[in-house]
Amino acid sequence: MRPCSPRAARLSSLASILAFACGGASVGGAREVIQNKGSDTLVNVAQAWAESYSEVDSAVAVAVSGGGSGTGISAMINGTVDIANSSRRMTSSEIGAARANGTDPVEHLVGYDALAVYIHAHNPLDFLSMQQLAGIYGDDGTIERWSQLGIEMPGCPSDEIVRVSRQNNSGTFAYFREAVLDNYDFKLGSHDMHGSKDVVDLVAHTPCAIGYSGLAYATPEVKTPCLAASDTCVAPSMETALDGSYPISRPLLMYTPGDPVGEVKEYLDWVLGEEGQCIMLEAGYTPVAPVECVQ
Amino acid sequence: MTRDALARSRDFDRRGAAWYMDRAVTLFVFVGGISAILFIVGIFAFIAREGFGFVFTEFDAGEFFGSIAWRPTSMIERTYGALALIVGTASITGLAMVVSIPFSLAAAVFIGEFARGRTRETLKVLVELLAAIPSVVWGFIGLSIMNPLIIDTFGVPIGLNVLNAGVILGLMAAPIMTTIAEDALKAVPDGYREAAEALGATRWQVIRKVVIPAARNGLVAAVLLGVGRGFGETMVVLMASGHAINLPDSVFDSVRALTATIAAELGETAVGSEHYQALFTLGILLFAVTFAINLTADVIVRGIRRKGR
Amino acid sequence: MTTAPMELFAGTPRNARDHRVEWLVRTLLGMMTALLIVPVVIVLALLVVRGGSAISWEFLTTPPVDGMTAGGILPALVGTVWLVAVALVASVPVGVAAAVYLSEYAPDNWLTRSINLAIINLAGVPSIVHALFGVGAFVLFFRFGTSILAASLTLAVMTLPVVIVSTRESLQAVPRAFREACWNMGATRWQTIRRIVLPNAVSGILTGIILEVSRTSGETAPIMFTGAAFFLPFLPQGVLDQTMAMSLHLFVIATQVPDAPDALPFGVALVLISMVLAMNALSIGFRIYVRGRKKW
Repeated sequence: MRPCSPRAARLSSLASILAFACGGASVGGAREVIQNKGSDTLVNVAQAWAESYSEVDSAVAVAVSGGGSGTGISAMINGTVDIANSSRRMTSSEIGAARANGTDPVEHLVGYDALAVYIHAHNPLDFLSMQQLAGIYGDDGTIERWSQLGIEMPGCPSDEIVRVSRQNNSGTFAYFREAVLDNYDFKLGSHDMHGSKDVVDLVAHTPCAIGYSGLAYATPEVKTPCLAASDTCVAPSMETALDGSYPISRPLLMYTPGDPVGEVKEYLDWVLGEEGQCIMLEAGYTPVAPVECVQ
Repeated sequence: MTRDALARSRDFDRRGAAWYMDRAVTLFVFVGGISAILFIVGIFAFIAREGFGFVFTEFDAGEFFGSIAWRPTSMIERTYGALALIVGTASITGLAMVVSIPFSLAAAVFIGEFARGRTRETLKVLVELLAAIPSVVWGFIGLSIMNPLIIDTFGVPIGLNVLNAGVILGLMAAPIMTTIAEDALKAVPDGYREAAEALGATRWQVIRKVVIPAARNGLVAAVLLGVGRGFGETMVVLMASGHAINLPDSVFDSVRALTATIAAELGETAVGSEHYQALFTLGILLFAVTFAINLTADVIVRGIRRKGR
Repeated sequence: MTTAPMELFAGTPRNARDHRVEWLVRTLLGMMTALLIVPVVIVLALLVVRGGSAISWEFLTTPPVDGMTAGGILPALVGTVWLVAVALVASVPVGVAAAVYLSEYAPDNWLTRSINLAIINLAGVPSIVHALFGVGAFVLFFRFGTSILAASLTLAVMTLPVVIVSTRESLQAVPRAFREACWNMGATRWQTIRRIVLPNAVSGILTGIILEVSRTSGETAPIMFTGAAFFLPFLPQGVLDQTMAMSLHLFVIATQVPDAPDALPFGVALVLISMVLAMNALSIGFRIYVRGRKKW
């Protein structure tokens, strides 16, 4: 029935000619497309959900793209997505902008993410207080050398702390600033990487470095020290994120323009159901509530 | 008689159709011809349309050019100091030119004046292949291979720095410089060379004393276009420069470039916001500088042609 | 050293030194040229060694799975083909028309000089500025959204100079006498161009188009914000869809996907560079063939 089969795409020479003919056809096609966009923290699990959901309901395709929480939220304000992923809550000005465009954003909590501090695998540091972390990253912080933390870092003769951060409009950056720096500015000169994986990779290959990213990005090549907000130092894990004892864990959110209906509602229900939450757990994030998963 | 007239009028009609076709095509190719102008004006118009909202309100030239505090999302006070970005771009481009100018000019002289026959063709093809490697592949090489290599070799804290991005950018700018420089050498009339050789000069003397001075303007234009290329490169400086707001003291310091800042931040910025407009303002700056570079190169090249005539 | 009587200059001591200098210079320049080319070889070798193991038929024909840490690159490959094809449809007619105008019609006046300057500038504008233009013009102003259409048009504007310059060169290579002979037969300008100039230049034009394909398929910055997506579980169905693309896929895998095996980004880079180099090789081969066939 459809005027254009997917196979058309493979005929490179014809694709261009068909392109204009098919342009409109894809919109009203048999397959329902859910546009899902936003947070880089969530993008991998969102992608895993999209992949599995195509087996649950083959008539629905979920198109996932990352770019960051801001991308998803601004796309929702502009009305170009069905679900926006975000690792931070929408700001009041963003909600205002959405309402001005006639959409009323609805928030859905889909899980938690512990924001781990990453250091090189050979770094002897095990313990870090929130004040020390603020001293390293904050604009008026004075900690610039590893020796100031009382350690000698092998493979880092310069003793300099190489700060790895994220680009200034990512959700991870905003959450770290809120939770660690109390919304004060970062010190300039940090390496503002483009993705969470970029941060962990760079730390893994750079003995002098310290970085922060979602716990889901941990690899054997890096270490995640425990963090102390008060007397006790809590190691980042799914359990400590869920029970709230780890000082920097944040909600992972999905926003829909208005209450979800139809396919979007079914998809969100599935995400929050056992199967979706188990995928979340497997990807290294903390589910909304404890779930039983068979491996 | 009538038949004759009919035939003649049909003949006339046929000529008429061809004539109209000719006019139509003339119009079509004329529109195609001026499309380049339309696009360049369009590019400026569209980035200005998005960016001027910032330029005419929040923009503070003193802060923009004098401060390194690029903090467009600060909760305390949003500041838009682009000094570190400008210096970052300049330092990477500068190192790239230090790397690529001697090598590209050497390659141009060798390919144009010394190499012959098959060697020459092979070298030209290889230089072209150098130009064909996509920038994202170079960026990936900088990130995954050069970074650990620089850390191990020089014992510096981080390998994503001016050195990494500058060397890669130098390699990327080299083919365009080599090609244009070689064209400039080729444009020197053979009569000059023959005259010098007849006076007993060696090949190198001919090149040094005759060919290079005669091609000087073309070589300067080649260097300028290479600078333009390095200045505007995005993916390599995004992936290999360290992306840190910093005024560098040495080639081992990380920096952040204008282009990389746009690439990293545009995606997450709400359309029409102050930050979004500020990024387009960086785009206006980039456009203006490359326009100036290309204009200068063109004036210099046209200078040679007039002299050649 | 004895002076060879028949050679006027070569034997004098001063000239012997000159020749030594000449030899030194020649060697030095040759070595510097080689140093410029060595990195290409190293890069290619590295990609083959570290990414070769990732390449298989399945790699090319299946979509990514397991959060893009396994599986293939089919949607990215197909997406790049779409982007390039649509960009060609948009840029080739305009580019060829521009080249025909410049080569066959344009008088030597300020307008022609402005056009030439605009072409140089279009080629020199940074790719990220083209991306900004794409966002401002195609995504927002013309309301194409982030789509293949918006991304391809951005690429088309960006690579237009490649088509114009190479087409103009091959048109100008057709001897003037051919045109004059045709005009003398009473043909109009367009008839001459269509029957004589274009057929004689067609291989040169194709060379330019292939080169444009090579440029277009490797570009990343212009499509980041105009139409390329992080992940899509299906192939694009039309020009208003988003798409994955090889270049962005490499960037994403290298910077954003956790736990990807080491060979994966190298494999993606290897496929991307193979596509680009194959196109370039085709273009170079075409050029040599054309040159060999030329009868004038």
